[in-house]
Amino acid sequence: VTHPARAAAFVRDEERAHWHDRALWFVRAKRDRAAAEVPEWEELRERAAMIKQHTLSRLPEYLETFEERATALGAVVHWASDARRHNEIVLEILRSRQVRRVAKSKSMLTEECGLNEHLEANGIEVTDTDLGERIVQMRHEPPSHIVLPAIHIRKEEVGELFHRELGTPEGLADPTSLTEAARQHLREKFLSAEAGITGVNFAIAETGGFVVCTNEGNADLGASLPKLHVACMGIEKLVPRAEDLAPLLRLLARSATGQPITSYTSHFHGPIEGGELHIVLVDNGRSELLASAEFQRSLRCIRCGACMNTCPVYRRSGGHSYDAVVPGPIGSILSPARDEARHASLPYACTLCGSCTDVCPVKIDLHQQLQAWRGRLTERGKVPAARRVAMRLGSAVLRRPRLYALASRMAQLFGMRWAALAGSGRAWARGRAIPGAARRSFRQQFRERRDG
Amino acid sequence: MDDRQAILTALRRARVEAVERPDPAGDWQRFADPSARFAGMLESVGGHCRTVADCAALPDALAGLPVWRDAARIVSSLAEVPGRGRAVDPADPHAAADVDVAVVPGEFAVAENGAVWVVDTSVAHRVLLFLAQHVVLVVPAGEIVDNMHDAYARLSFDTRGFGCFTSGPSKTADIEQALVIGAHGPRSLTVFLTGDGDSTTRSPRTAA
Repeated sequence: VTHPARAAAFVRDEERAHWHDRALWFVRAKRDRAAAEVPEWEELRERAAMIKQHTLSRLPEYLETFEERATALGAVVHWASDARRHNEIVLEILRSRQVRRVAKSKSMLTEECGLNEHLEANGIEVTDTDLGERIVQMRHEPPSHIVLPAIHIRKEEVGELFHRELGTPEGLADPTSLTEAARQHLREKFLSAEAGITGVNFAIAETGGFVVCTNEGNADLGASLPKLHVACMGIEKLVPRAEDLAPLLRLLARSATGQPITSYTSHFHGPIEGGELHIVLVDNGRSELLASAEFQRSLRCIRCGACMNTCPVYRRSGGHSYDAVVPGPIGSILSPARDEARHASLPYACTLCGSCTDVCPVKIDLHQQLQAWRGRLTERGKVPAARRVAMRLGSAVLRRPRLYALASRMAQLFGMRWAALAGSGRAWARGRAIPGAARRSFRQQFRERRDG
Repeated sequence: MDDRQAILTALRRARVEAVERPDPAGDWQRFADPSARFAGMLESVGGHCRTVADCAALPDALAGLPVWRDAARIVSSLAEVPGRGRAVDPADPHAAADVDVAVVPGEFAVAENGAVWVVDTSVAHRVLLFLAQHVVLVVPAGEIVDNMHDAYARLSFDTRGFGCFTSGPSKTADIEQALVIGAHGPRSLTVFLTGDGDSTTRSPRTAA
């Protein structure tokens, strides 16, 4: 199923689609205010991009340094080539210690690997402890956004869900009361967990430590109460030195939600007193992406979600329409790299407006990479025939000035609708009025002014 | 070939545009009155900021807080502030689940974003920072840096340990973007700045 087909289902509920659009624009506006408040914002983006790009250019040596330092601090470092290995390693750690209940904090990597399903299939109870993630977990659906997992869900729906799952009064839909109910439920889960699994926002090669950012404190509760902490990270999460975190942390929360910093920015160096810390380094397609000159810059991503909040397509089509672990502009670059056939429609879920590139804190040229994906997909014949024909037609006309003049004359005579009916133009014509062609074309006007 | 070797080999094969690691120095944001900026930022993220002359003034200042009056169990790492009820056994963090207030010294504060750097050696068990219903941090007013760059210049991580930039209480906006203070962790965070900003002010002591 393609993005347009899924998006069509989303926009059918017009009221909800508008609400979703506004909710994300609200976050985008908060980001703008936070960015404007920092005079050196552009300088920070520049530095952050350089730090990440530099790290990528020396990734093997930084990974080895990280492993050495983390091990010296008492952590156990594991390497996983792919999702399957990652899941096996985590399961083995938990199983050998007879762990039955795990409190997990947000990690897009474990989503990507399908860790929860794997652990549950092996009899381990996994509780997602980020409130948004807990909500989507109870609904048996994936997050629709990497920072705001439940952004697509109305409070009344959360109320119904909690009524069913947590026994809150029927009809209760007030966010404060619902959060309080989740608090009681999740604190019980934290207190009964035998292990904590967290993601990693940044890992520091020089020190062997890593940083986890949350607003709820859920990663810290999960990783501090039990004796066992498993941290799962993609190999691109490294920075060389602790001081490199300064620009990245100044950008991350401001870009994500417009906060100056998350409530908790925790630095873990080695295991807790008398406990164990396992760090799982995961490749799962990243080394392949790094080998691609065109798309390697996407590995700079710090998962702030700003590109989603600003994207006119994401806001109006919803995260689930991407059918990908990471939706939105960055997801539309990462996902086809993982499975070209399945995600072939994603690079087209984009108007090439470039807003994502403008807000990206690590200066990934998102819209250009999306365009590059289109080129690659076209070359490989992964594009629907109608679009291929339309593109060929368009290119034939645009390359021939006389033919172009004729075509625009036709549009003037018969109206733009005629042009919009052809090929892929149809999708653009749906749901909006196509403006009429100018009575006098640019060429006509140019000629008149030049000669007159 | 094991996974480690496979990953490193694949990464070494990749041709990546080399970029120098940027110099961390820069003309970063500074504030004429770091205390005022810190207090303003902390309030904006749902925390509270108070000022007292010194640590000896803390008991009276704390007694004025509603959460203090109602608390059944208070744990304090400060000699000047007596606890209330059972102390926390570092070997049994789960038994700290009913702590109402934890009073903990912070190492320093960051004006730019209203964060306080707190380390696990300042507290009986690190989970108190996240599990207590309310958290009170005590930071000398002279120990406020302007920005995160200056913050990291002060930090070193050469031994095992845990540290956290704490900025405000536990919070969430996961239900319809409505901000709710008190997600699973502390329902409130109050930071007391001690002294007049003179950096010779002594640091808060950790109770033995």
